Amino acid sequence: MDKRILAVLGIAALAAVPQFGLGNYHLHLLITVLIWGFVYTSWSVMGRFGMVSLGHGAFLGVGGYVVTMLWNSFGLTPWVGIPIAIVLSMTMALLVGYPCFRFRIVGHYFALVTLALGEVVRLTIVGLRDQTGGSLGMTVEGVPGGTSFLALQFGERATFFYLALIVWAAGLWVWRMVDRSMLRYALEASSEDEDAAASVGVNVTRAKLMITMLSAGMTTIGGALYAQYQMYINPETISGIGISLQIVFAVIAGGLFTQLGPTVGAMFTLLLAETLRVTFGHDIHGLDGTIYGLLLVLFIIYMPKGITGSIAAGLVRRRGAPGAAPAAATH
Amino acid sequence: MTGDVMLEVRRVSAGYGSFRALFDVSLEVRAGEAVGVIGPNGAGKTTLLRVISKIIAPSSGEVVMEGTPLGPVPAHRVVEMGIAHVPEHRRLFPRLTVEENLRMGAFHPEARKRFRERLDFVYELFPRMKERRDQMAGTMSGGEQQMCAIGRGLMSGPKLLLMDEPSAGLAPVIVQQVFGLVKRIRAEGYTVLIVEQNIQQVLQVVDRAYLLEVGTIKQSGSSAELLASPEIRRAYLGL
Repeated sequence: MDKRILAVLGIAALAAVPQFGLGNYHLHLLITVLIWGFVYTSWSVMGRFGMVSLGHGAFLGVGGYVVTMLWNSFGLTPWVGIPIAIVLSMTMALLVGYPCFRFRIVGHYFALVTLALGEVVRLTIVGLRDQTGGSLGMTVEGVPGGTSFLALQFGERATFFYLALIVWAAGLWVWRMVDRSMLRYALEASSEDEDAAASVGVNVTRAKLMITMLSAGMTTIGGALYAQYQMYINPETISGIGISLQIVFAVIAGGLFTQLGPTVGAMFTLLLAETLRVTFGHDIHGLDGTIYGLLLVLFIIYMPKGITGSIAAGLVRRRGAPGAAPAAATH
Repeated sequence: MTGDVMLEVRRVSAGYGSFRALFDVSLEVRAGEAVGVIGPNGAGKTTLLRVISKIIAPSSGEVVMEGTPLGPVPAHRVVEMGIAHVPEHRRLFPRLTVEENLRMGAFHPEARKRFRERLDFVYELFPRMKERRDQMAGTMSGGEQQMCAIGRGLMSGPKLLLMDEPSAGLAPVIVQQVFGLVKRIRAEGYTVLIVEQNIQQVLQVVDRAYLLEVGTIKQSGSSAELLASPEIRRAYLGL
Protein backbone atom coordinates (compact mmCIF):
# COMPACT_ATOMS: atom_id res chain seq x y z
CA MET A 1 0.00 0.00 0.00
CA ASP A 2 1.09 3.54 -0.66
CA LYS A 3 2.87 4.81 2.41
CA ARG A 4 1.27 8.22 2.07
CA ILE A 5 -2.24 6.74 2.31
CA LEU A 6 -1.12 4.74 5.30
CA ALA A 7 0.19 7.87 6.99
CA VAL A 8 -3.00 9.83 6.35
CA LEU A 9 -5.11 6.93 7.67
CA GLY A 10 -2.93 6.61 10.74
CA ILE A 11 -3.14 10.28 11.60
CA ALA A 12 -6.91 10.31 10.93
CA ALA A 13 -7.32 7.36 13.29
CA LEU A 14 -5.29 9.16 15.94
CA ALA A 15 -7.32 12.33 15.44
CA ALA A 16 -10.50 10.37 16.10
CA VAL A 17 -9.19 9.05 19.41
CA PRO A 18 -10.63 11.76 21.73
CA GLN A 19 -14.09 11.03 20.28
CA PHE A 20 -14.09 7.62 21.94
CA GLY A 21 -14.58 9.13 25.36
CA LEU A 22 -11.18 8.30 26.77
CA GLY A 23 -10.72 9.26 30.38
CA ASN A 24 -8.48 12.14 31.31
CA TYR A 25 -5.73 9.78 32.40
CA HIS A 26 -5.48 8.00 29.06
CA LEU A 27 -5.70 11.24 27.14
CA HIS A 28 -2.91 12.56 29.34
CA LEU A 29 -0.75 9.56 28.49
CA LEU A 30 -1.40 10.08 24.78
CA ILE A 31 -0.54 13.77 24.93
CA THR A 32 2.64 12.92 26.84
CA VAL A 33 3.64 10.39 24.20
CA LEU A 34 3.02 12.93 21.43
CA ILE A 35 5.01 15.72 23.09
CA TRP A 36 7.94 13.50 24.01
CA GLY A 37 7.69 11.62 20.72
CA PHE A 38 8.20 14.98 19.05
CA VAL A 39 11.14 15.89 21.32
CA TYR A 40 12.78 12.51 20.71
CA THR A 41 12.25 12.85 16.97
CA SER A 42 13.92 16.27 17.18
CA TRP A 43 16.92 14.72 18.91
CA SER A 44 17.13 11.86 16.45
CA VAL A 45 17.37 14.08 13.36
CA MET A 46 20.94 14.77 14.46
CA GLY A 47 21.53 11.76 16.71
CA ARG A 48 21.18 9.36 13.79
CA PHE A 49 24.30 10.82 12.20
CA GLY A 50 26.48 9.89 15.13
CA MET A 51 26.15 13.32 16.70
CA VAL A 52 25.10 12.19 20.14
CA SER A 53 23.98 15.11 22.26
CA LEU A 54 23.69 14.58 25.99
CA GLY A 55 22.53 18.14 26.46
CA HIS A 56 19.24 18.54 24.64
CA GLY A 57 17.72 19.53 27.98
CA ALA A 58 19.36 22.89 27.27
CA PHE A 59 17.05 23.50 24.33
CA LEU A 60 14.01 22.19 26.18
CA GLY A 61 14.86 24.59 28.98
CA VAL A 62 15.19 27.57 26.67
CA GLY A 63 11.85 26.67 25.09
CA GLY A 64 10.06 26.28 28.40
CA TYR A 65 11.60 29.14 30.34
CA VAL A 66 11.93 31.84 27.68
CA VAL A 67 8.35 31.42 26.55
CA THR A 68 6.99 31.27 30.10
CA MET A 69 9.03 34.22 31.35
CA LEU A 70 8.00 36.38 28.40
CA TRP A 71 4.37 35.48 29.05
CA ASN A 72 4.41 35.89 32.83
CA SER A 73 6.44 39.09 32.92
CA PHE A 74 5.41 40.90 29.77
CA GLY A 75 2.22 39.16 28.74
CA LEU A 76 3.89 38.31 25.43
CA THR A 77 1.95 35.58 23.64
CA PRO A 78 3.73 32.25 23.13
CA TRP A 79 3.04 32.68 19.43
CA VAL A 80 5.77 35.34 19.54
CA GLY A 81 7.65 33.87 22.48
CA ILE A 82 8.27 30.53 20.75
CA PRO A 83 9.98 32.04 17.68
CA ILE A 84 12.14 34.15 20.02
CA ALA A 85 13.08 31.03 21.99
CA ILE A 86 13.87 29.17 18.76
CA VAL A 87 16.20 31.95 17.63
CA LEU A 88 17.93 31.88 21.04
CA SER A 89 18.33 28.09 20.96
CA MET A 90 19.66 28.11 17.43
CA THR A 91 22.14 30.83 18.34
CA MET A 92 23.28 28.73 21.28
CA ALA A 93 23.60 25.68 19.02
CA LEU A 94 25.63 27.77 16.57
CA LEU A 95 27.96 29.13 19.25
CA VAL A 96 28.64 25.70 20.72
CA GLY A 97 28.47 23.76 17.47
CA TYR A 98 30.74 25.87 15.29
CA PRO A 99 33.96 25.39 17.26
CA CYS A 100 33.12 21.70 17.80
CA PHE A 101 32.62 21.01 14.12
CA ARG A 102 35.38 23.29 12.90
CA PHE A 103 37.93 21.60 15.14
CA ARG A 104 36.50 18.12 14.70
CA ILE A 105 35.27 17.46 18.18
CA VAL A 106 33.34 14.27 17.51
CA GLY A 107 32.13 11.16 19.29
CA HIS A 108 32.68 11.06 23.03
CA TYR A 109 34.24 14.50 23.15
CA PHE A 110 31.25 16.02 21.41
CA ALA A 111 28.93 14.25 23.86
CA LEU A 112 30.90 15.73 26.77
CA VAL A 113 30.62 19.24 25.36
CA THR A 114 26.85 18.87 25.02
CA LEU A 115 26.65 17.42 28.53
CA ALA A 116 28.26 20.62 29.79
CA LEU A 117 25.86 22.73 27.72
CA GLY A 118 22.85 21.12 29.41
CA GLU A 119 24.33 21.75 32.82
CA VAL A 120 25.15 25.37 32.01
CA VAL A 121 21.54 26.02 31.07
CA ARG A 122 20.18 24.19 34.12
CA LEU A 123 22.51 26.08 36.47
CA THR A 124 21.64 29.37 34.79
CA ILE A 125 17.96 28.72 35.44
CA VAL A 126 18.68 27.84 39.06
CA GLY A 127 20.98 30.83 39.44
CA LEU A 128 18.52 33.39 38.09
CA ARG A 129 16.33 32.66 41.11
CA ASP A 130 14.58 36.03 41.14
CA GLN A 131 13.44 35.72 37.56
CA THR A 132 12.93 31.96 37.22
CA GLY A 133 11.99 30.84 40.69
CA GLY A 134 15.17 28.77 40.88
CA SER A 135 14.88 25.11 41.78
CA LEU A 136 11.31 25.63 42.95
CA GLY A 137 10.26 25.98 39.37
CA MET A 138 7.84 28.32 37.74
CA THR A 139 4.14 28.26 37.09
CA VAL A 140 2.72 29.50 33.80
CA GLU A 141 0.19 32.20 34.63
CA GLY A 142 -3.21 30.88 33.66
CA VAL A 143 -5.83 32.88 31.83
CA PRO A 144 -9.28 33.28 33.38
CA GLY A 145 -11.50 30.46 32.16
CA GLY A 146 -8.47 28.32 31.38
CA THR A 147 -8.68 28.55 27.59
CA SER A 148 -7.14 31.13 25.32
CA PHE A 149 -5.77 30.60 21.87
CA LEU A 150 -3.54 33.65 22.23
CA ALA A 151 -2.06 32.31 25.46
CA LEU A 152 -1.77 28.80 23.99
CA GLN A 153 -3.69 27.45 26.96
CA PHE A 154 -6.48 24.97 26.63
CA GLY A 155 -8.61 23.93 29.57
CA GLU A 156 -10.01 21.12 27.47
CA ARG A 157 -7.52 18.24 27.24
CA ALA A 158 -8.80 17.14 23.84
CA THR A 159 -7.86 20.51 22.31
CA PHE A 160 -4.33 20.14 23.60
CA PHE A 161 -4.27 16.65 22.18
CA TYR A 162 -4.90 18.05 18.68
CA LEU A 163 -2.21 20.66 19.13
CA ALA A 164 0.28 18.02 20.22
CA LEU A 165 -0.80 15.77 17.35
CA ILE A 166 -0.14 18.50 14.79
CA VAL A 167 3.28 19.31 16.22
CA TRP A 168 4.22 15.63 16.42
CA ALA A 169 3.12 15.00 12.81
CA ALA A 170 5.09 18.05 11.70
CA GLY A 171 8.12 16.58 13.46
CA LEU A 172 7.74 13.33 11.54
CA TRP A 173 7.44 15.32 8.33
CA VAL A 174 10.69 17.16 9.06
CA TRP A 175 12.36 13.82 9.83
CA ARG A 176 11.23 12.56 6.45
CA MET A 177 12.38 15.67 4.62
CA VAL A 178 15.83 15.25 6.16
CA ASP A 179 15.78 11.55 5.32
CA ARG A 180 15.20 12.29 1.65
CA SER A 181 17.59 15.22 1.33
CA MET A 182 21.15 15.42 0.10
CA LEU A 183 21.95 16.71 3.59
CA ARG A 184 21.33 13.20 4.84
CA TYR A 185 23.92 11.73 2.49
CA ALA A 186 26.33 14.52 3.34
CA LEU A 187 25.97 13.81 7.05
CA GLU A 188 26.12 10.05 6.74
CA ALA A 189 29.28 10.42 4.70
CA SER A 190 30.72 12.87 7.23
CA SER A 191 29.91 10.57 10.12
CA GLU A 192 31.89 7.80 8.43
CA ASP A 193 34.86 9.75 7.13
CA GLU A 194 35.13 13.52 7.33
CA ASP A 195 38.13 13.80 4.99
CA ALA A 196 36.53 11.69 2.31
CA ALA A 197 33.28 13.64 2.66
CA ALA A 198 35.11 16.95 2.29
CA SER A 199 36.99 15.65 -0.73
CA VAL A 200 33.75 14.95 -2.60
CA GLY A 201 32.59 18.48 -1.84
CA VAL A 202 30.71 18.26 1.46
CA ASN A 203 31.13 21.32 3.66
CA VAL A 204 31.23 19.18 6.78
CA THR A 205 31.11 22.05 9.27
CA ARG A 206 28.13 23.64 7.56
CA ALA A 207 26.19 20.40 7.17
CA LYS A 208 26.63 19.55 10.84
CA LEU A 209 25.68 23.06 11.93
CA MET A 210 22.53 22.97 9.83
CA ILE A 211 21.27 19.73 11.34
CA THR A 212 22.25 20.78 14.87
CA MET A 213 20.37 24.06 14.58
CA LEU A 214 17.36 22.28 13.12
CA SER A 215 17.36 19.80 15.97
CA ALA A 216 17.81 22.57 18.56
CA GLY A 217 14.97 24.61 17.10
CA MET A 218 12.59 21.66 17.07
CA THR A 219 13.50 20.68 20.62
CA THR A 220 12.79 24.24 21.73
CA ILE A 221 9.25 23.94 20.40
CA GLY A 222 8.93 20.69 22.37
CA GLY A 223 10.06 22.43 25.56
CA ALA A 224 7.56 25.25 25.09
CA LEU A 225 4.76 22.80 24.37
CA TYR A 226 5.62 20.81 27.48
CA ALA A 227 5.47 23.98 29.59
CA GLN A 228 2.13 25.01 28.09
CA TYR A 229 0.73 21.59 28.82
CA GLN A 230 2.05 21.09 32.35
CA MET A 231 1.61 24.78 33.21
CA TYR A 232 4.60 24.28 35.48
CA ILE A 233 8.30 23.90 34.77
CA ASN A 234 11.27 23.09 36.92
CA PRO A 235 14.96 23.19 35.97
CA GLU A 236 15.45 19.56 36.97
CA THR A 237 12.52 18.15 34.99
CA ILE A 238 13.11 20.21 31.84
CA SER A 239 16.90 20.73 31.65
CA GLY A 240 18.26 18.20 34.11
CA ILE A 241 20.79 15.61 33.10
CA GLY A 242 18.11 12.96 33.73
CA ILE A 243 15.95 14.41 30.95
CA SER A 244 18.83 14.69 28.50
CA LEU A 245 19.79 11.09 29.15
CA GLN A 246 16.20 9.90 28.93
CA ILE A 247 16.01 11.39 25.44
CA VAL A 248 19.00 9.30 24.38
CA PHE A 249 17.67 6.18 26.07
CA ALA A 250 14.22 6.49 24.54
CA VAL A 251 15.52 7.00 21.02
CA ILE A 252 17.93 4.08 21.24
CA ALA A 253 15.19 1.86 22.66
CA GLY A 254 12.64 2.92 20.05
CA GLY A 255 14.98 2.97 17.07
CA LEU A 256 17.47 5.58 15.97
CA PHE A 257 17.13 5.07 12.24
CA THR A 258 13.37 4.75 11.70
CA GLN A 259 10.79 7.48 11.42
CA LEU A 260 8.56 6.14 14.19
CA GLY A 261 11.41 4.91 16.36
CA PRO A 262 11.53 7.93 18.68
CA THR A 263 7.75 7.85 19.12
CA VAL A 264 7.83 4.17 19.98
CA GLY A 265 10.63 5.07 22.39
CA ALA A 266 8.32 7.62 24.00
CA MET A 267 5.61 4.98 24.43
CA PHE A 268 8.11 2.50 25.81
CA THR A 269 9.63 4.86 28.37
CA LEU A 270 6.22 6.14 29.45
CA LEU A 271 4.85 2.63 29.93
CA LEU A 272 7.99 1.69 31.81
CA ALA A 273 7.80 4.76 34.06
CA GLU A 274 4.09 4.27 34.74
CA THR A 275 4.53 0.57 35.48
CA LEU A 276 7.36 1.31 37.89
CA ARG A 277 5.34 4.07 39.52
CA VAL A 278 2.25 1.91 39.96
CA THR A 279 4.17 -1.18 41.08
CA PHE A 280 6.74 0.31 43.40
CA GLY A 281 5.43 3.80 44.04
CA HIS A 282 8.20 6.02 45.26
CA ASP A 283 9.43 3.55 47.86
CA ILE A 284 12.72 2.66 46.28
CA HIS A 285 14.56 5.83 45.39
CA GLY A 286 16.55 5.66 42.18
CA LEU A 287 14.99 2.43 41.00
CA ASP A 288 13.80 3.89 37.70
CA GLY A 289 17.28 5.21 36.90
CA THR A 290 18.84 1.84 37.63
CA ILE A 291 16.37 0.03 35.40
CA TYR A 292 16.82 2.57 32.60
CA GLY A 293 20.57 2.09 32.77
CA LEU A 294 20.32 -1.67 32.71
CA LEU A 295 17.88 -1.65 29.81
CA LEU A 296 20.05 0.78 27.87
CA VAL A 297 22.98 -1.59 28.08
CA LEU A 298 20.79 -4.51 26.99
CA PHE A 299 19.36 -2.53 24.07
CA ILE A 300 22.78 -1.47 22.83
CA ILE A 301 24.05 -5.05 22.94
CA TYR A 302 21.04 -6.98 21.68
CA MET A 303 18.91 -4.49 19.77
CA PRO A 304 21.19 -1.73 18.47
CA LYS A 305 18.51 -0.68 16.00
CA GLY A 306 15.89 -0.43 18.71
CA ILE A 307 12.38 -1.85 18.78
CA THR A 308 11.24 -0.47 15.42
CA GLY A 309 14.55 -1.21 13.70
CA SER A 310 14.45 -4.83 14.84
CA ILE A 311 10.85 -5.25 13.70
CA ALA A 312 11.67 -3.74 10.32
CA ALA A 313 14.71 -6.00 9.92
CA GLY A 314 12.54 -9.01 10.84
CA LEU A 315 9.96 -8.09 8.19
CA VAL A 316 12.62 -7.64 5.55
CA ARG A 317 14.14 -11.02 6.41
CA ARG A 318 10.76 -12.74 6.16
CA ARG A 319 10.05 -11.25 2.76
CA GLY A 320 13.59 -11.96 1.66
CA ALA A 321 13.76 -8.49 0.15
CA PRO A 322 16.91 -7.74 -1.83
CA GLY A 323 19.46 -5.28 -0.54
CA ALA A 324 18.68 -6.18 3.05
CA ALA A 325 20.97 -4.21 5.27
CA PRO A 326 23.30 -6.35 7.34
CA ALA A 327 23.13 -5.84 11.07
CA ALA A 328 24.51 -2.47 12.08
CA ALA A 329 28.20 -2.78 12.59
CA THR A 330 29.42 -1.60 15.96
CA HIS A 331 31.73 1.20 15.04
CA MET B 1 48.48 14.92 -27.06
CA THR B 2 49.50 16.86 -23.99
CA GLY B 3 48.48 20.47 -23.61
CA ASP B 4 48.97 23.33 -21.19
CA VAL B 5 50.05 22.96 -17.62
CA MET B 6 46.98 21.94 -15.59
CA LEU B 7 48.36 21.43 -12.11
CA GLU B 8 51.44 23.02 -10.72
CA VAL B 9 52.97 22.24 -7.35
CA ARG B 10 55.46 24.99 -6.49
CA ARG B 11 58.09 24.39 -3.85
CA VAL B 12 55.69 22.83 -1.39
CA SER B 13 56.77 21.90 2.13
CA ALA B 14 54.33 20.24 4.47
CA GLY B 15 54.14 18.03 7.52
CA TYR B 16 52.25 17.03 10.60
CA GLY B 17 53.00 18.96 13.77
CA SER B 18 56.76 19.30 14.04
CA PHE B 19 57.35 16.47 11.58
CA ARG B 20 58.08 17.50 8.01
CA ALA B 21 57.07 15.08 5.29
CA LEU B 22 57.73 17.21 2.19
CA PHE B 23 60.65 19.52 1.45
CA ASP B 24 60.36 22.00 -1.43
CA VAL B 25 58.57 19.66 -3.77
CA SER B 26 57.75 20.98 -7.24
CA LEU B 27 56.05 19.18 -10.06
CA GLU B 28 53.61 19.80 -12.86
CA VAL B 29 50.93 17.90 -14.70
CA ARG B 30 49.88 18.87 -18.22
CA ALA B 31 46.38 18.45 -19.58
CA GLY B 32 45.89 14.94 -20.96
CA GLU B 33 48.93 13.49 -19.24
CA ALA B 34 49.20 10.60 -16.83
CA VAL B 35 51.89 11.36 -14.31
CA GLY B 36 53.21 9.09 -11.60
CA VAL B 37 54.81 9.88 -8.29
CA ILE B 38 56.79 6.85 -7.23
CA GLY B 39 58.79 6.08 -4.18
CA PRO B 40 59.02 3.89 -1.11
CA ASN B 41 56.83 3.86 1.96
CA GLY B 42 56.98 7.05 3.96
CA ALA B 43 58.42 9.13 1.12
CA GLY B 44 55.61 11.69 1.42
CA LYS B 45 53.53 10.57 -1.55
CA THR B 46 50.21 10.54 0.28
CA THR B 47 51.03 13.84 1.99
CA LEU B 48 51.59 15.37 -1.43
CA LEU B 49 48.10 14.38 -2.60
CA ARG B 50 46.61 15.55 0.68
CA VAL B 51 48.20 18.95 0.15
CA ILE B 52 46.83 19.15 -3.39
CA SER B 53 43.29 18.36 -2.24
CA LYS B 54 43.62 20.72 0.72
CA ILE B 55 43.10 18.10 3.41
CA ILE B 56 46.23 19.52 4.98
CA ALA B 57 47.73 22.96 4.42
CA PRO B 58 51.33 23.28 3.20
CA SER B 59 53.73 25.15 5.48
CA SER B 60 55.17 26.88 2.45
CA GLY B 61 54.82 26.87 -1.31
CA GLU B 62 51.62 26.72 -3.30
CA VAL B 63 49.49 24.58 -5.54
CA VAL B 64 48.00 26.08 -8.68
CA MET B 65 45.18 24.51 -10.68
CA GLU B 66 44.67 25.97 -14.16
CA GLY B 67 46.15 29.28 -13.07
CA THR B 68 44.17 29.52 -9.83
CA PRO B 69 46.17 29.19 -6.60
CA LEU B 70 44.44 26.75 -4.25
CA GLY B 71 45.67 28.53 -1.13
CA PRO B 72 42.40 30.18 -0.16
CA VAL B 73 40.16 27.37 -1.47
CA PRO B 74 38.58 25.26 1.33
CA ALA B 75 38.78 21.46 1.09
CA HIS B 76 35.16 20.98 0.05
CA ARG B 77 35.61 23.42 -2.84
CA VAL B 78 38.61 21.68 -4.40
CA VAL B 79 36.32 19.22 -6.17
CA GLU B 80 34.59 22.17 -7.89
CA MET B 81 37.96 23.17 -9.33
CA GLY B 82 37.96 19.89 -11.23
CA ILE B 83 40.13 17.82 -8.90
CA ALA B 84 38.86 14.46 -7.67
CA HIS B 85 40.81 12.59 -5.04
CA VAL B 86 40.63 8.80 -4.90
CA PRO B 87 42.16 8.38 -1.47
CA GLU B 88 44.49 5.73 -0.12
CA HIS B 89 42.71 2.59 1.07
CA ARG B 90 39.72 3.78 -0.95
CA ARG B 91 37.96 5.45 1.98
CA LEU B 92 34.49 4.56 0.74
CA PHE B 93 31.49 5.21 2.95
CA PRO B 94 31.18 1.56 3.99
CA ARG B 95 27.61 1.64 5.21
CA LEU B 96 26.25 3.44 2.20
CA THR B 97 25.37 1.39 -0.86
CA VAL B 98 27.48 1.47 -4.00
CA GLU B 99 25.01 3.78 -5.68
CA GLU B 100 24.86 6.07 -2.65
CA ASN B 101 28.65 6.26 -2.68
CA LEU B 102 28.52 7.23 -6.34
CA ARG B 103 25.81 9.78 -5.53
CA MET B 104 28.14 11.30 -2.95
CA GLY B 105 30.77 11.64 -5.67
CA ALA B 106 28.37 13.92 -7.52
CA PHE B 107 27.58 15.92 -4.40
CA HIS B 108 28.49 19.43 -5.46
CA PRO B 109 25.66 21.31 -7.20
CA GLU B 110 27.19 21.39 -10.69
CA ALA B 111 27.77 17.63 -10.65
CA ARG B 112 24.36 16.91 -9.16
CA LYS B 113 22.69 18.27 -12.30
CA ARG B 114 24.48 15.71 -14.41
CA PHE B 115 24.16 12.86 -11.93
CA ARG B 116 22.16 10.47 -14.20
CA GLU B 117 24.41 10.92 -17.16
CA ARG B 118 27.57 10.38 -15.12
CA LEU B 119 26.08 7.41 -13.33
CA ASP B 120 25.36 5.76 -16.68
CA PHE B 121 28.92 6.51 -17.72
CA VAL B 122 30.41 4.96 -14.59
CA TYR B 123 28.14 1.91 -14.87
CA GLU B 124 29.18 1.51 -18.48
CA LEU B 125 32.83 1.75 -17.49
CA PHE B 126 32.38 -0.63 -14.54
CA PRO B 127 29.42 -2.95 -15.24
CA ARG B 128 30.25 -4.74 -11.98
CA MET B 129 29.21 -1.63 -10.06
CA LYS B 130 25.81 -1.72 -11.71
CA GLU B 131 25.32 -5.32 -10.58
CA ARG B 132 26.25 -4.32 -7.05
CA ARG B 133 24.50 -0.98 -6.90
CA ASP B 134 22.37 -1.85 -3.82
CA GLN B 135 25.12 -3.58 -1.90
CA MET B 136 26.82 -1.91 1.05
CA ALA B 137 30.16 -0.67 -0.23
CA GLY B 138 32.01 -2.02 2.80
CA THR B 139 30.95 -5.60 2.01
CA MET B 140 32.62 -5.77 -1.41
CA SER B 141 36.01 -7.19 -2.22
CA GLY B 142 39.03 -4.89 -2.27
CA GLY B 143 39.18 -4.70 -6.05
CA GLU B 144 35.50 -3.87 -6.30
CA GLN B 145 35.88 -1.23 -3.64
CA GLN B 146 38.71 0.30 -5.63
CA MET B 147 36.45 0.40 -8.69
CA CYS B 148 33.77 2.06 -6.62
CA ALA B 149 36.25 4.61 -5.28
CA ILE B 150 37.43 5.45 -8.80
CA GLY B 151 33.80 5.62 -9.91
CA ARG B 152 33.02 7.98 -7.06
CA GLY B 153 35.92 10.18 -8.16
CA LEU B 154 34.65 10.23 -11.75
CA MET B 155 31.11 11.17 -10.67
CA SER B 156 32.20 14.74 -9.97
CA GLY B 157 33.20 15.13 -13.62
CA PRO B 158 36.80 16.00 -12.79
CA LYS B 159 39.50 17.27 -15.12
CA LEU B 160 42.20 15.79 -12.93
CA LEU B 161 42.00 12.53 -11.03
CA LEU B 162 44.35 12.08 -8.08
CA MET B 163 44.86 8.41 -7.29
CA ASP B 164 46.57 7.32 -4.10
CA GLU B 165 48.06 3.82 -4.28
CA PRO B 166 45.19 2.16 -6.12
CA SER B 167 47.03 -1.17 -5.84
CA ALA B 168 47.46 -1.06 -2.04
CA GLY B 169 46.26 -4.17 -0.25
CA LEU B 170 45.08 -5.97 -3.37
CA ALA B 171 45.97 -9.43 -4.65
CA PRO B 172 48.45 -9.42 -7.57
CA VAL B 173 45.86 -10.47 -10.13
CA ILE B 174 43.53 -7.67 -8.95
CA VAL B 175 46.40 -5.20 -9.10
CA GLN B 176 46.70 -6.05 -12.82
CA GLN B 177 43.01 -5.31 -13.27
CA VAL B 178 43.24 -2.02 -11.39
CA PHE B 179 46.05 -0.81 -13.63
CA GLY B 180 43.91 -1.89 -16.55
CA LEU B 181 41.23 0.44 -15.20
CA VAL B 182 43.73 3.28 -14.98
CA LYS B 183 44.56 2.76 -18.64
CA ARG B 184 40.91 2.92 -19.59
CA ILE B 185 40.38 6.10 -17.62
CA ARG B 186 43.33 7.63 -19.45
CA ALA B 187 41.79 6.57 -22.72
CA GLU B 188 38.61 8.42 -21.72
CA GLY B 189 40.68 11.61 -21.75
CA TYR B 190 41.15 12.22 -18.05
CA THR B 191 44.33 13.71 -16.71
CA VAL B 192 45.70 11.51 -13.97
CA LEU B 193 48.19 12.01 -11.17
CA ILE B 194 48.89 8.65 -9.59
CA VAL B 195 50.96 7.85 -6.54
CA GLU B 196 52.32 4.30 -6.31
CA GLN B 197 54.82 2.02 -4.67
CA ASN B 198 54.25 -0.58 -7.32
CA ILE B 199 56.79 1.04 -9.59
CA GLN B 200 57.07 -1.63 -12.23
CA GLN B 201 53.34 -1.61 -12.86
CA VAL B 202 52.71 2.09 -12.68
CA LEU B 203 55.46 2.94 -15.14
CA GLN B 204 53.54 0.88 -17.69
CA VAL B 205 50.55 3.21 -17.56
CA VAL B 206 51.98 6.71 -17.00
CA ASP B 207 53.81 8.98 -19.44
CA ARG B 208 56.16 10.49 -16.92
CA ALA B 209 57.00 10.06 -13.29
CA TYR B 210 58.74 11.72 -10.38
CA LEU B 211 60.74 9.72 -7.86
CA LEU B 212 60.04 10.94 -4.33
CA GLU B 213 62.35 9.89 -1.51
CA VAL B 214 62.22 11.17 2.07
CA GLY B 215 60.19 14.16 1.04
CA THR B 216 62.23 15.38 -1.91
CA ILE B 217 62.07 14.76 -5.64
CA LYS B 218 65.17 12.73 -6.49
CA GLN B 219 64.63 12.11 -10.16
CA SER B 220 62.08 12.66 -12.89
CA GLY B 221 61.61 11.73 -16.50
CA SER B 222 59.58 9.72 -18.95
CA SER B 223 58.55 6.24 -17.97
CA ALA B 224 61.07 4.75 -20.37
CA GLU B 225 63.88 6.86 -18.89
CA LEU B 226 63.03 5.87 -15.37
CA LEU B 227 62.71 2.22 -16.25
CA ALA B 228 66.16 2.43 -17.77
CA SER B 229 67.69 4.34 -14.87
CA PRO B 230 70.30 2.16 -13.16
CA GLU B 231 69.46 3.61 -9.77
CA ILE B 232 65.78 2.78 -10.02
CA ARG B 233 66.48 -0.61 -11.49
CA ARG B 234 68.76 -1.47 -8.61
CA ALA B 235 66.82 0.07 -5.70
CA TYR B 236 63.25 -0.53 -6.74
CA LEU B 237 63.00 -3.14 -9.41
CA GLY B 238 65.59 -5.50 -8.04
CA LEU B 239 67.30 -5.84 -11.38
